[in-house]
Amino acid sequence: MNTNTKEFTHQHAAHCESGVMSSMLSHYGLRLSEPMVFGLASALTFAYLPFVKLGGMPLIAYRTMPKAIIRGLQKSIGIKMNLEKFSKAQAGSLRLDALLDEGKIVGAQSSVFWLPYFPEEMRFHFNAHNLLIYGKEETNYQISDPVFEHTVEADEKALEKARFVKGVMAPKGLLYYPTYVPTSIDYEKVLPKAITKVAKSMLKTPVPIAGLKGIRSLAKNIRKLESKDRRYAKLFLGHIVRMQEEIGTGGAGFRYIYASFLQEASEILDNGTLFEASRMMTDVGDSWREFALLVAKSIRSKKNETIDFNAIAKKLESIADEETMVYKKLLTAF
Amino acid sequence: MEIKNVPQDGISTFAGGRKAMYATDDEGKYGVVASSGWEVEEEATKQALHELERLADEAYEAVREGQMSPLYYHMYAQRMDLIVLSQSVGMFQWRIKRHFKPSVFNRLSDTLLGRYSEALGLSVDALKQLPEKESV
Repeated sequence: MNTNTKEFTHQHAAHCESGVMSSMLSHYGLRLSEPMVFGLASALTFAYLPFVKLGGMPLIAYRTMPKAIIRGLQKSIGIKMNLEKFSKAQAGSLRLDALLDEGKIVGAQSSVFWLPYFPEEMRFHFNAHNLLIYGKEETNYQISDPVFEHTVEADEKALEKARFVKGVMAPKGLLYYPTYVPTSIDYEKVLPKAITKVAKSMLKTPVPIAGLKGIRSLAKNIRKLESKDRRYAKLFLGHIVRMQEEIGTGGAGFRYIYASFLQEASEILDNGTLFEASRMMTDVGDSWREFALLVAKSIRSKKNETIDFNAIAKKLESIADEETMVYKKLLTAF
Repeated sequence: MEIKNVPQDGISTFAGGRKAMYATDDEGKYGVVASSGWEVEEEATKQALHELERLADEAYEAVREGQMSPLYYHMYAQRMDLIVLSQSVGMFQWRIKRHFKPSVFNRLSDTLLGRYSEALGLSVDALKQLPEKESV
């Protein structure tokens, strides 16, 4: 079959969806760093959704929902994307091959569990992973998975399985590629909009489960663990850290990506307030990691040791306070 | 985070891989650094894995004692729970629970077994039995 003639450069990224979009747009002539993609899509958030369960545990998101980065970029910088889903796996595979034959590089949503190149211990049933397919040699797809340092491969069967699993956030074989990529961006116009949007949504969400209120309600729930079964309490705490630190979902990681974005934006716009906010956001990222460390200690604790749930909750509340300052600062930047 | 503080703990869950992290250099400028992992992350991942293993081990015993069908074990062994399996095969949870009964499971049609086999990524033959295990 074909190999892609146009040279493709793999990029190592901190997060799958922003990594895919950064690689893809750069390939088609619009060089955007991963943090710039993440920031322009206003992808930073916090949501604590106790009613959405993953492996019996509530969903805790540190970024917007899957596909929000793709959609966010369409809105903010005017790229146009084609998103295709399939009801039959075979049709999805044929379409993928046809797109590769046209010389396109194609984004795809897939399950982590069924991707053969994922380390055994990282394979969980998470269905909203993103990767880029840039070629095919015989029955092997050449894949640029942004969270891996180097390019990887998967054979036809394995990739098809990963693209067509059923369940929460089922990918339905989703493929995406741009049909129009602008050559330049009016940063003076789009950056203030994208940044203000994040600050406002974090500060002013009407529901108690999103934004800063979401962080506070998670803290409240940590306090309640005191009266719960100890094993469950430990699993719950570990789950928060996994959501925060694991490949491609990093909570602290996202704060650092956003800090990097604010730094880039401050240079482009020559804006000192953004630079200051970037530094503050870096500190927020550090605090999230201190929180993770505190939790790790409690997971390690022995049966007869008490876990100080109050201290963990307090740490989280102080992070909410710290983040509040950053978003307030950002609202004064323009 | 500063580059010098980016964890390089070489954690086992990354299996030699490295992940990208954004960190600042001496001048405070951000860039990407490859990290071989953080112990804290390894701890949280392993905790989740151990919980799944614990459930699979308990299920293994229950199947060996004839209380449950092999399906019950394979669900946990493939890192699923009842919710995930139910969504993966597109069957109600109560129906799957019935199939956990050995007497019901033994009478399942090839079509139904095929659906489980597809969702769990196991051959029908493998689905019908417990794998050999030395120590559980």
